[in-house]
Amino acid sequence: MSRIQAKWQELQAAGKKAVIPYVVGGDPEPDVTVGLMHKLVEAGADMLELGVPFSDPMAEGPAIQKGHERALAHKVSLRKCLAMAAEFRLQDAATPIILMGYANPIEHMGYAAFADAAADAGVDGVITVDLPPEEVMAMNIELKRVGIDNIFLIAPTTPDERLPLIIEQASGFIYYVSLKGVTGAGHLNTEEVAAKVKQIKALTSLPVAVGFGIKDAESAALVGASADGVVVGSALVNLLGDASNVLEGRINAAVGLLGDIRSGV
Amino acid sequence: MNKPIDPSVYAQVPDANGRFGPYGGKFVSETLMSALAELERVYTQLKEDPDFQQEFDAYLAHFVGRPSPLYEAQRWSDEIGGARIYFKREDLNHTGAHKVNNTVGQALLAKFMGKKRVIAETGAGQHGVASATIAARLGMECHVFMGEEDVRRQALNVYRMRLLGANVVSVTSGSRTLKDAMNEAMRDWVTNVDDTFYIIGTVAGPHPYPMLVRDFQSVIGREARAQSLSQIGRLPDALVACVGGGSNAIGLFHPFLEDDGVAMYGVEAGGHGVETNEHAAPLTAGTPGVLHGNRTYLMQDEDGQIMHTHSVSAGLDYPGVGPEHSWLKDIGRVNYVVANDDEALAAFHKVTRTEGIMPALETSHALAYAAKLAATMTPDQSIVVNLSGRGDKDIFTVAEVDGADIFGEQN
Repeated sequence: MSRIQAKWQELQAAGKKAVIPYVVGGDPEPDVTVGLMHKLVEAGADMLELGVPFSDPMAEGPAIQKGHERALAHKVSLRKCLAMAAEFRLQDAATPIILMGYANPIEHMGYAAFADAAADAGVDGVITVDLPPEEVMAMNIELKRVGIDNIFLIAPTTPDERLPLIIEQASGFIYYVSLKGVTGAGHLNTEEVAAKVKQIKALTSLPVAVGFGIKDAESAALVGASADGVVVGSALVNLLGDASNVLEGRINAAVGLLGDIRSGV
Repeated sequence: MNKPIDPSVYAQVPDANGRFGPYGGKFVSETLMSALAELERVYTQLKEDPDFQQEFDAYLAHFVGRPSPLYEAQRWSDEIGGARIYFKREDLNHTGAHKVNNTVGQALLAKFMGKKRVIAETGAGQHGVASATIAARLGMECHVFMGEEDVRRQALNVYRMRLLGANVVSVTSGSRTLKDAMNEAMRDWVTNVDDTFYIIGTVAGPHPYPMLVRDFQSVIGREARAQSLSQIGRLPDALVACVGGGSNAIGLFHPFLEDDGVAMYGVEAGGHGVETNEHAAPLTAGTPGVLHGNRTYLMQDEDGQIMHTHSVSAGLDYPGVGPEHSWLKDIGRVNYVVANDDEALAAFHKVTRTEGIMPALETSHALAYAAKLAATMTPDQSIVVNLSGRGDKDIFTVAEVDGADIFGEQN
């Protein structure tokens, strides 16, 4: 059983929802990422999404774009993110790590080499924003070979007839994008989200986590009512990039917000 | 060099998945997949619809001013003393470049799809101006995304867009040039996908864009082919066009691909030289990767990060290239070469003084290579260069490079 599956079973047995924070590897500085990951787990994170910095993060709103830029300024790329995952694993053997990023750094490394390196580093899942089911086959073969889950996005614009195509290739869980737009946008309609999550769950036994637009305990609680888990990204990355605060203060603020959200759901 | 290949292959790309060999595809976030499928469905249907074609042709004739002439550059050809050089005069189109052929086509698609809001990315500003122009004509709301760096160096086009009623959004992320403008346009499209049509300006982006932009721009090559037969008496020996994303080049080349005797040269921006890393020549010095919705040759570093590019011409300052060009390179049908900033600037001045035609700096790259090529050929041979745009927009850049003071008294 994969770490992701084991975690969902543990959560379901306890009647709990998953809280999944997203931070960019190397943001705001490379040295703080692994420590931050441990602190997020202590504050109640069930799984971790580690964003892989990319020069052209097309699906990200301003907050996470800046996070990518801060990390890239320190030359953090896919290899360094894998090294961070490996370092995290030395002290935490249970919390799943999901890499979230864009196709090109993975393509450039090569799918097979990436799958091997990710498995070695203790990575459990991959979300590649710009690899829809139509383009993912070659990578999925390699991920399956090493037992890494490929987590797909489903959007509000995804027509019903596409759902089986996505679900067929997905493992670990489904990531429902709660709004039309980039990460961190504001117009969350929780009723629409609940209806769509219900529709997806009727088609698959995979858990459904919801992200894009969850920024505090209140929005997390509303979304958590219908979903199996919530992803929070931009709100954390915003705090980590707050130039008016000292580094330690930024980390504490982000960890504090995650704790609030944990208690909210 | 050019290899013989079964001519039917050129009509068969892209395939149903939007692939040109290993290139192309739909590498976008899930949110956009249904919009792309809808666009493909509507385009496939309208392509065969006589009403749509008639309206498109009427706009090209009366709004754009087509057909554009095929013009023999006599003085310049005499001076070089080799092949005769002809210009396909896309600079004479309404708005001053080839870009308008495609914006008219896509804006009509938007109209047929009932979309009232259009967005576009732009580098040099020509595609932005062409989008703002047709949006004004069709009464559509228009937002143009432009890198902050390009807003600075193409102030004239920024003002033209504003006069036409478009909202110009200065993009401050990443390298603040064309690639970042395209990222931002994609973000807008994801957010407003229900009521917005994204008019992509080049033969890149996710399927079906590389196909439909090629189809709309192919009017250039169809006209040039017929004009060559009537004016030269036979097909040209070579075609030359500049390649940034590659829309003017595909537009000229595509209708000639099956003509074995016609050699083709796509000229990339060599910037300060391809050996310096300060250039925009992915086909010459890059490797395949995924950016902006398609797999294609890219300028990228050892981590797969997209590199900053440099070209004196904003319109070529792009780290990728249309996927069909990547395929045409690999199969050897088109030769991809470079011209550096200095060579392009020299060609700009030469053609301006010799022919009385001021070419865009993008176009000047094609002209620089055409002069070299012509010198290796004989006067009974001919070259058609796509004179893709006029150079008025570039006079501030040229003045800066030449150290001239436009508003002073010493020029």
